[in-house]
Amino acid sequence: MRTFKQYITGLFGGIKSLLSGLSVTWKELWIKKVTQQYPENRDTLVISDRFRAELVMSHDENNEHACTACGICEMNCPNGTIQVISKMTETEDGKKKKELDRYVYDLGMCTFCNLCVITCPSSAIKFTNHFENATFTRNKLVQQLNHEGSKLRAKKKEPISAQPVPKEKE
Amino acid sequence: MFQNYSQPLEFTNLTSWLDAALRENLPEFWAVFIELVLVGVVLLAAYAVLAMILIYVERKITAFFQARIGPNRVGKYGIFQTVADVLKILIKEIIHVNKVDKFLFYAAPFFMIVASVLTFGAIPFGKSLHAVDFNIGVFYVTAVSSLGIIGVLLAGWSSNNKYSMIGAMRSGAQFVSYELSAGFALMTMVVLSGTMQFSEMIESQAYCWNIFNGHISSLVAFVIYLISGHAETNRGPFDLPEAESELTAGYHTEYSGLQFGFFYLAEYLNMFIIASIAATVFLGGWMPLQISGWDGFNQLMWYIPSYIWFFGKVGFLIFLSLWVRWSFPRLRIDQLLNLEWKYLLPINLVNILVMVILVLTGLTLTDLF
Repeated sequence: MRTFKQYITGLFGGIKSLLSGLSVTWKELWIKKVTQQYPENRDTLVISDRFRAELVMSHDENNEHACTACGICEMNCPNGTIQVISKMTETEDGKKKKELDRYVYDLGMCTFCNLCVITCPSSAIKFTNHFENATFTRNKLVQQLNHEGSKLRAKKKEPISAQPVPKEKE
Repeated sequence: MFQNYSQPLEFTNLTSWLDAALRENLPEFWAVFIELVLVGVVLLAAYAVLAMILIYVERKITAFFQARIGPNRVGKYGIFQTVADVLKILIKEIIHVNKVDKFLFYAAPFFMIVASVLTFGAIPFGKSLHAVDFNIGVFYVTAVSSLGIIGVLLAGWSSNNKYSMIGAMRSGAQFVSYELSAGFALMTMVVLSGTMQFSEMIESQAYCWNIFNGHISSLVAFVIYLISGHAETNRGPFDLPEAESELTAGYHTEYSGLQFGFFYLAEYLNMFIIASIAATVFLGGWMPLQISGWDGFNQLMWYIPSYIWFFGKVGFLIFLSLWVRWSFPRLRIDQLLNLEWKYLLPINLVNILVMVILVLTGLTLTDLF
């Protein structure tokens, strides 16, 4: 008798759970579709800020960057993606100074691990979410990150500031 | 009775005109011959077109259930997606596998397709759109549709592949078990309508569909038929013959090109056939919704042609099957057999008894009111 009772309660319990499952999918049927129709919706596409697609060196409006050519990023890069090529220049008062010549970044070898950005003492580089990186030749993936004719930004009160310094303080 | 209502969009006039014209101008034999060929061509064309529509609808509804959009690149809303797919599968190479049992391997897809085409011919699509009206229609349909399993077993056996073999064996076990339930559920309705002929069955449901007529008992039979029909088509939570995570594709693993296309086609058409038998037996087939005595209302319903009613009901049932398919996880083989032998079959047997009592004691809705 007890097993018969179990049979009946099991039957109706099963039907109830199946119906509740159906109600879940019924609601799912009417929710907003999540498909991104990519090439068409390029203008409205939302990519998370945290998405790491491409390494860039931020330049301010005076074409100045924050890279001191210390080479820490190059040392930390696990697969030799970054090449910091520096040159020695002489300042007016005769001091010798290391300065960034070319900052070469090979997108094709990058694993987007973010170690370079984390370890950069002057926050000169960052990852952006511009993800359309496909090219037809591999050479195009090797980029120079510092702009033509750019130079090191003069030292400010807070040297380890990630943000480009506002205009008024210039 | 319902000849009194105006039916502007029916095919009755067209078919009877064609028949008369043929018989007038040709000897009896040739008239019949041409009619047979015409019916065959129309049925086969309908078979292919329906499969294409079904695949498109299935993909769209599946996408909606998964919060996607589904095919939308080929033509507006992707309506030509299946046409492109069919063209692709037609020009694909049929890969010849060396160590298969050649004869059985190439025969298997035809068993599938022939079984479903034979069943397809006996379905009443609308008023006067009924190719073969046997006096044992229900029996014929259950008998012929179960031929398909031979195709599945042959495919699995002849492929010389353990996955195919396991898939086919599971499919066999499943089919044999659920065929029983489906048969009993249909038998319940045969008890209610007192005939096995589809046309008479539909006429008897003119004012009260069978599902309402036998109330509780009909409803139980309806649900059981849907479940077991669903299991027979190897779909949804019962798709363990082709459980892709375990068996790659089950019995049709070794097939390619058009042969695979046959299996694919037969699967979709079986879904349609199950839905249309359910619609015919339980929901009144092509009969419009009518209420005895409400002449205006009935006339309004008759303005909608019968084939629209039929495809509407079938579409509703197919939607139900897709809904179930995308709601529930796949069953294990023991759960599958449990469901059949411990639940569906005993309930079904009791249900037939209840139905017999309802009919004999005059407790069906048509008897009561």
